[in-house]
Amino acid sequence: MNVTIVLAGNPNAGKTTLFNELTGARQHVGNYPGITVEKKQGQFVKNGNAFNVVDLPGTYSLAAYSLEEVVARNYLIDEKPDMVVNIVDASNLARNLYLSVQLMEMGAPVTIALNMMDMARSCGMHIDADKLSELLGVPVVPTVARTGGGKNELIDAVVERIKKPMPALPRISYGNDIDNALDKMEEAIQQGSFLTDARPARWVALKYLEQDEDILKMGRKVDPRLSNQMEQIVKDVSAHLKKTLNTYPEVMIADHRYGYINAILKRGVLKRSKDQNRLQTSDKIDKIVVNRFMGPLIMAAVIMGLYHFTFNYSEIPVAWFESFFSGLAHVAQTHLPPGNLRSLVVSGVINGVGGVLGFTPLIAFMFLGISALEDSGYLARVSFMLDRIFRYFGLHGGSVMAFITSGGIAGGCAVPGVMAARTLKSKQERLATLLTVPFMSCGAKLPVFALLIAAFFSRHEALIMFMITIVSWLGALLSAKLLRSTIIKGHSTPFIMELPPYRWPTFKGLFIHTWERTWQYIKKAGTIILGISILLWALMTFPGPPESTRAEFARQRAAVVSSASSGLMEEIQRADAGRPLSPKARDIKQRLTSLTFQEAEARLRYSIAGRVGSALEGVTRLAGFDWRTNIALIGGFAAKEVIVSTLGAAYSLGEINPEQTISLSKKLARSPSWNPAVALSLIFFTIFYAPCFVTVTCISRESGSWKWGLFSMAFNTVIAFILAVLAFQIGSLFLY
Amino acid sequence: MKTINIRNMKRNQTGTISAITANGELGRRIRDMGVIPGAQIKIQGRAPLYDPVAVKVMGFTLALRNSEADYIEVAVDQT
Repeated sequence: MNVTIVLAGNPNAGKTTLFNELTGARQHVGNYPGITVEKKQGQFVKNGNAFNVVDLPGTYSLAAYSLEEVVARNYLIDEKPDMVVNIVDASNLARNLYLSVQLMEMGAPVTIALNMMDMARSCGMHIDADKLSELLGVPVVPTVARTGGGKNELIDAVVERIKKPMPALPRISYGNDIDNALDKMEEAIQQGSFLTDARPARWVALKYLEQDEDILKMGRKVDPRLSNQMEQIVKDVSAHLKKTLNTYPEVMIADHRYGYINAILKRGVLKRSKDQNRLQTSDKIDKIVVNRFMGPLIMAAVIMGLYHFTFNYSEIPVAWFESFFSGLAHVAQTHLPPGNLRSLVVSGVINGVGGVLGFTPLIAFMFLGISALEDSGYLARVSFMLDRIFRYFGLHGGSVMAFITSGGIAGGCAVPGVMAARTLKSKQERLATLLTVPFMSCGAKLPVFALLIAAFFSRHEALIMFMITIVSWLGALLSAKLLRSTIIKGHSTPFIMELPPYRWPTFKGLFIHTWERTWQYIKKAGTIILGISILLWALMTFPGPPESTRAEFARQRAAVVSSASSGLMEEIQRADAGRPLSPKARDIKQRLTSLTFQEAEARLRYSIAGRVGSALEGVTRLAGFDWRTNIALIGGFAAKEVIVSTLGAAYSLGEINPEQTISLSKKLARSPSWNPAVALSLIFFTIFYAPCFVTVTCISRESGSWKWGLFSMAFNTVIAFILAVLAFQIGSLFLY
Repeated sequence: MKTINIRNMKRNQTGTISAITANGELGRRIRDMGVIPGAQIKIQGRAPLYDPVAVKVMGFTLALRNSEADYIEVAVDQT
């Protein structure tokens, strides 16, 4: 039997944990068609039944206010899954059942996974699962998703339930006035077959009473006359409720739904042996962690600690990766014949992609740290503490997640960050968020920073990284303020957010999250970055210099050789690393290498990329960028990792000594055109300049106009250039 | 019994929600999160800049801004 089950539930109820527990690593992440809400899917087989599991976005309700709710609701209506497994946080029963009741009213087949029973028990809650099942009329299976407890029983209950016919829909009383209106509307809806193809009639009526925009819009399109009739009934009952009780239908419905749930809980389902608002461990932690004085200090310490952990512990594996790729380059160098193929393999592929892949351990460690903070519940506290500041800059506490996803704590990606802005209601706040999240230090910029820090500021790695974070946040907030007080004005919107109890992250969850994101990084290096590396290699190689230039270098080389005695030439050719050359031979050798270097540089300069880079040099010299850096920065628009790979290729094409492959950071540190001020300027420019191509596409799609995508490219690059020039000019005075 | 809104409640002060004066989207959001008349509420603390406020309601912690807390009236317990 093939069974499709969807997981629905409140955020923080343990949905993702259960999903990981059920499907293991056999899962993939995509999007719901046409929209950017993440869709997680996975498979597993048990007792000969094949299960396809879809993880719906976490929601508190099934109103159509947020996009997640619309997605969850439409998925249930359109796809008609065999079973909805509703994860209910047992320690927070009433609020979680609010969603369950709505699922049942929709006519979805529901099995409840009563999760976190262990937590509930320690809060002094005694829950009778059988009684709950009996009163709700759906199977209820106690689970502890963190340990996988109850997983098998849950699957069995699902299979068992599918075989049985659907139970009757729950009929909750919403008070006389509403019940009468509901009855009247239900009858008319049934008769007119109004939207009933996939929805229960009473549910449609309920949505009309709740003034649900999604359903109203659909109804008006399908049958304007009947829709009008419904809206008239709603208007009448609204007027009556306003006059008699000074309330609104949607308020009555919500209150009665809770009333229904509380009545069930009181009938022997829930007994408490402790006060529910009693101080729990989590609250005790919060007393310190979000304390007015300690909170911000702890936040800074946590981020510093994360960077320290990431840079210190990834240093050794990063060195392994680097020496592996230099080794590989060396092998290719010695075994391939000189020419374009060797150049392509060594400079284009190995140095380009290797430069990016070399940072994989660092990226993995950063993702591990962020996943741990996310899963523990700490990130929600960060939103809580920063909302007031964000609001001052015209953003929203909800923007914090978008900022952090984009790399607010270095190592995210602006693409999901831009998508995370979807949860924001206000168009203005969303736009301001969309336009400023690309300033964060995404995982692709990280290798650039890591490279420059290793080359020029290696003694203060964590501190410099922390400073980069501060600078990018300040820049983002100030730009948001600028945008919100000029071109995108508008009021702020409500901030209501749950602060979930602190939890120890599970190893499985951390591993899956870290692996997912790291794998995306690796995949990108192997596909997009590889393609761009090859393209840029071609741009940096062709057209080759004219015959006259080549002849000129050949002539000069011949002149040097002929000036030396044949004995000296023999000495140079025979020499190995161990034995020092005579001063005369060394002089000849140096002149020859210098010529090779000059020729390579002339070749690079003559290429298409070299010409573009050189043409821009007049302007970029103000920021300390030479033409090679310009090539890298243009490549960086395709994807920020390309900055590192292009620098790698550009500096290996102009190699002083091709036999000796050293790491890029050492090359930069030794290069005469680099110094700490240039590095600083490049760091500033990289933080702020135009988002990568994919991000620009996303910004355009999310804002609904290419105008904003183009705006972000121009706006960001101008800011970046001004800051880079300042950094270089001031840095040159002090650092060099 | 004295009724005040959440903005004016002190840290650790407790009470029972007596009314939610917001309707429409805001009212709906507040209710979706389990903040309903009759629920017990306790002020857990405030963010470093005094806003938002964290409240304990139905056994979980909810953060909301003072501007939203204004719509939630609480009959405070006498201490």
